[in-house]
Amino acid sequence: MEKVSIISLKDIAVSFDGEPVLKGFNLSIGDGEFVTLLGPSGCGKTTTLRIIGGFVRPDSGDVFFNGKRITALPPHKREVNTIFQKYALFPHLNVYDNVAFGMRVHGKSERAIRQKVGKMLDMVDLRGFEYRNVNQLSGGQQQRVAIARALANEPKVLLLDEPLGALDLKLRKDMQVELKKIQKQTGITFLFVTHDQEEALSMSDEVVVMDKGAIQQIGTPLDIYNEPKNAFVADFIGESNILDGIMREDFLVEFAGRRFRCVDKGFRTNEPVDVVIRPEDIDISKPDDEKLTGMVQNVTFKGVFYEVIVDVHGFKWMIQTTDYVKSGEKIGISVQPDEIHVMHKSEYSGKFGDYSTFSDEMGDDVQPLPKAEGAE
Amino acid sequence: MKSKAAVYPYLVWMIIFIIVPTALVVVFAFTDKGGTFTLQNLQEVGQYSNIFLRSIWLGAVATVVSLVVGYPAAYIISRHSVSRQNTLIMLIMLPMWMNFLLRTYAWMTLLEDSGFINRALMACGFPSVHMINTQGAVVLGMVYNYIPYMILPVYSVLTKIDPSVIEAAEDLGADRRTVFLRVTLPLSMPGVISGVTMVFVPSVSTFIISKMLGGGSNLLIGDLIDMQFLGSAYNPNLGSAISLVLMVLILICMGIMNQFDENGAAEGGMMV
Repeated sequence: MEKVSIISLKDIAVSFDGEPVLKGFNLSIGDGEFVTLLGPSGCGKTTTLRIIGGFVRPDSGDVFFNGKRITALPPHKREVNTIFQKYALFPHLNVYDNVAFGMRVHGKSERAIRQKVGKMLDMVDLRGFEYRNVNQLSGGQQQRVAIARALANEPKVLLLDEPLGALDLKLRKDMQVELKKIQKQTGITFLFVTHDQEEALSMSDEVVVMDKGAIQQIGTPLDIYNEPKNAFVADFIGESNILDGIMREDFLVEFAGRRFRCVDKGFRTNEPVDVVIRPEDIDISKPDDEKLTGMVQNVTFKGVFYEVIVDVHGFKWMIQTTDYVKSGEKIGISVQPDEIHVMHKSEYSGKFGDYSTFSDEMGDDVQPLPKAEGAE
Repeated sequence: MKSKAAVYPYLVWMIIFIIVPTALVVVFAFTDKGGTFTLQNLQEVGQYSNIFLRSIWLGAVATVVSLVVGYPAAYIISRHSVSRQNTLIMLIMLPMWMNFLLRTYAWMTLLEDSGFINRALMACGFPSVHMINTQGAVVLGMVYNYIPYMILPVYSVLTKIDPSVIEAAEDLGADRRTVFLRVTLPLSMPGVISGVTMVFVPSVSTFIISKMLGGGSNLLIGDLIDMQFLGSAYNPNLGSAISLVLMVLILICMGIMNQFDENGAAEGGMMV
């Protein structure tokens, strides 16, 4: 990952009405990468984007673009373009004029504009829509116009603020693929904001997990998933069983009353730790004395696998398995050493990871929808 | 079903107080004193074409001045915080709580040859200026009385513009001036149109303002109609005919105005 950084944020702090939104924030984004800021709402990810776009002035700290300080530069002088959450198309202009807006502002010739708009509309598959009123387009089409409009300016960096949030699931998946394709084609650095962990994992070269105005972890999707740094990251990305454990020695961790071989080292002897085991990494079998045993509490058919909640000495584990087990059955549980991930304790320890109150976690998808949805 | 029933009171109201009177005006306009059909009244209206022109001219000037002064005011107000906006809008409306006649009288005493302004000028060693009974005074009266009707609709449209659209324009490279010319102004056109209508129509048909600030020499259509119904030249049939012509003229003006807006928006879109 030793790439030239095109944007870097140094010691950024922002607060709104005395409420800190970002604090001691440092981030550096490599040229040509697809970087995602991932976190729950209110974690400061959109604010980060707006600082780079020039719409929010940080209280302290600096923004650098290609090594140049741009902290005080107004938005219209920055070589970044934004795709806004609600697209923010110009309602008084048609598709063609929306896409041409940036080039006209920059005084390009109408011939060059015509050519470029055509190219952009080809790219987003909207040829023939030039003279449509933008208000008559569907959400997905408006989204494409917004993409074409931003890219027509040939920005060095494209900022995307939850651009797929308002689309339905099917369309969102299509647009994910399309955005990724466009990013590869153009080679433009994408900085993508989302609260959807699946979206972040499937699209990004690098994921920045944020919470409470601070970066929790930066890494490739694989790193973030397999080697979460703390309980927050482990819980936010995918499903996790997070257990209290004690690191007895290198490669040996104790949890659930037993000792397990693992691949982690470098902890203090007998250091209390958080242990992460992904539900799909757990093998189940007939119970015997050698293994951890538990009582099956609940089985949900998920299509590809069964989701099983198992009570192990009062702690509820989630297991995803293709083997069918019955509710009330006693089963054996085993985990391979390389499927155990050990983390230092953090402020998030003990807050996540137990599935006793679990009710099919749709939380992430439901979040952005209007309140009425939650009232059901 | 319920919503349909709720329409009837309005319908009855409209028939009694809008449709019937308008029909009566038309009937009066096309009949003589005896009640027989005639085009005489309409032909007579032609004599007053200079008054029509003056009315439309002064109304148009007042509208333009209101727009030039009112739009920036509305824009500045819309940029303030919400609580500030409410205060400012209340200040704009405050004079409207005072009686219309009283306000216009006040201007009379201000503008008179020996009025407040001239006395103040002379006290400072300047020569006095003749202001009362001029067209300028009439326009001033119109602007003063009707400018809130320009500011309010423009302000209301400006506050409804999605701030992220403005940000999008900045993001695409537009400086403040360009943002205003290419986004804010076109998006506020509906407010401008209703503001122009709401200032132009009462300005053209006013009679009090011209009577009080314009003296006898700046007769407007309103005064003419007033005279036919309440004045010396009592002739309701001619008055109705003048009203009818005025109505048609205003409709034509509004039609041209709206046409201009549509063309403007379309052309603006093509050119910008």
